[in-house]
Amino acid sequence: MKASAETTALQVDDGQLIQGNPTFHTVSESISRIVEVKTTKAWYVLFGFFSSLALMFVVMIGYLFWEGTGIWGLQIPVAWGWAIVNFVFWVGIGHAGTLISAILFLLRQPWRTSINRFAEAMTIFAVICAGTFPGIHVGRVWVAYYMFPLPNQMSMWPNFRSPLLWDVFAVGTYFTVSLLFWYTGLIPDLATLRDRAKSKIRKAVYGAFALGWRGSHRNWQHYELAYLLLAGLATPLVLSVHSVVSFDFAVSNLPGWHTTIFPPYFVAGAIFSGFAMVMTLALIARKVYNVENFITMRHLENMNKIILVTSLMVGYAYSIELFIAWYSGNPFERFAFWNRATGPYAWAYWTMVFCNVVVPQVFWSRRMRRNIPVMFVVSILVNIGMWFERFVIVVSTLANDFLPSSWHYFKPTIFDVGMLIGSFGLFFTLFLLFLRFLPMIAMAEVKAVLPQADPHYYEHHGNGKEASV
Amino acid sequence: MAQIFPKWTNRLPLIMALGGLLVVGGGVGFFWYYGSPKYLEVGYRPEQPVPYSHKLHAGDLGIDCRYCHNFAEVSHEANVPPVQTCMNCHTLIKPNSEKLAAVQESWATGRPLQWIRVHKLPEYAYFDHSAHLRAGVGCASCHGNVAEMEKVTKVEPMSMGWCLDCHRDPDMHLRPLDQITNMKWVPPPNQLEFAAKVKKERNILPPENCSACHR
Repeated sequence: MKASAETTALQVDDGQLIQGNPTFHTVSESISRIVEVKTTKAWYVLFGFFSSLALMFVVMIGYLFWEGTGIWGLQIPVAWGWAIVNFVFWVGIGHAGTLISAILFLLRQPWRTSINRFAEAMTIFAVICAGTFPGIHVGRVWVAYYMFPLPNQMSMWPNFRSPLLWDVFAVGTYFTVSLLFWYTGLIPDLATLRDRAKSKIRKAVYGAFALGWRGSHRNWQHYELAYLLLAGLATPLVLSVHSVVSFDFAVSNLPGWHTTIFPPYFVAGAIFSGFAMVMTLALIARKVYNVENFITMRHLENMNKIILVTSLMVGYAYSIELFIAWYSGNPFERFAFWNRATGPYAWAYWTMVFCNVVVPQVFWSRRMRRNIPVMFVVSILVNIGMWFERFVIVVSTLANDFLPSSWHYFKPTIFDVGMLIGSFGLFFTLFLLFLRFLPMIAMAEVKAVLPQADPHYYEHHGNGKEASV
Repeated sequence: MAQIFPKWTNRLPLIMALGGLLVVGGGVGFFWYYGSPKYLEVGYRPEQPVPYSHKLHAGDLGIDCRYCHNFAEVSHEANVPPVQTCMNCHTLIKPNSEKLAAVQESWATGRPLQWIRVHKLPEYAYFDHSAHLRAGVGCASCHGNVAEMEKVTKVEPMSMGWCLDCHRDPDMHLRPLDQITNMKWVPPPNQLEFAAKVKKERNILPPENCSACHR
């Protein structure tokens, strides 16, 4: 990132990635301070609230194991209900983190540096929430090990031809790579925290996780290479994971699911919802933790542009689905889609269309893209809309299957609702812990995009040192 | 700056990696071996209510298996005989033996003996004795040489993998139909030719699909 020679050091330029003209020291100072000051009351209150919800989630899972999946509103033919909806929803949320951290890194988009850390954290926590749902949805949890190719007395492998198994591997790989990627990026910052630590325990804990980082040239060389390789590994995952999730539906032969458009459509939707979630979290975090100079209007506007683009993609997918249903000439296919838009779940379908296609169109206007209340509301609506998209796909298709006599209207029970809320509790509990104990912005990377990081910077800006030309 | 950790901690990552492999590999191996029916069930030999000896009856006296387990060829179940079967002989042979006290009592009161089942398949596994006997699988293939057993012992794991092993390659277990109950039968040198022939004759196509057993 090369600063224009005309920009004086003091001038706050919107073109600058990081505002407030920080030095390397003030970057460390303002980010590290967040985890070093005394825990605030507000944090405790929020943590108490969300961890209670998480606890409720755990208790409900315990009851589910005891009683069975009948406590959900599941009833044949709707054998996949909210649990699968929530699974797809949460996996989708994760995708923005990987896109920001991997693809934008490979494409050399320096604006990612301010948001990648907590977007990746969001990915990991979202995948944890996502992984819970199919795990508890199997009904007989004590044989959940069937999902893994372990040696056993049954001479039985998992069914490698089933997309449900591909899912296990796709999500497992995704979680592992995301975690490694996140952790690798954290190492220099953990070392910063270790070096700033006053108490013995902090030194030991941050020191252990910093893996002996000294900041030497050799350290950096290895680090950069490892980070690049992991970015390369994570990049195909952005596309593959949600494609595989879509196979859960597309590979089956149910009208409304058996559609070749599903993989790209799911991936676009995942990035769409993920960016909306990053937006919601970023807007709150930058205000609360006073990091508006790091997560600037430029970052927010860029994210809004991505939300607009992906909104158009899912809008295109919705319309092409309808078109193909008509064009196929298949009466079952036609019914499935006509039923979605006009049948008993029409309210959900039109909520989805309104939130995902209509609402984000406000971002065509630059004023709206830069208006914080507007983008906050849009980001929330998009997340609601994307949850309903999965609801429409899963439930409306199953509820009206081939045999009209078995059609019925899916009604969620208190446990369906409680577990969705509980998963949000788990997500925010983990996220609050992250905000409390880890640097929410990648300090080392932010320093690299400051104007001072340009090797020729001091030729133009004396800044107390003699320029040597 | 003072060092936080002593030097040996440099080896920690390696130790943790090896330890992790050991724990995961060991855990899988532990359950694979100690959790399998081969370890848990083979050798099961409960005390029965009557000290009945298969060695005496089937071995020394040479009574055919089907004298008592008389439904084996026509039903899915190789039944445990009613007391009446015992009394066919024991009204005359050693009627006052102490070992037969429980049998006599059952005969007098009409209350059945509570035999303890040694070979028990799970309820979700469907198994049919008659189909296996008709194909020419001998009793001993699954139950071992019962004619040598003082007390009946489980000698095979009867796990799903064990069933599949034979369903995939039954050749060494197919006999001439008159040899089914012969406990001393060993496959002749030309067993493979014989098996190939009878598989065609008896139309033996051991199923390997799920619903063959899990109906």
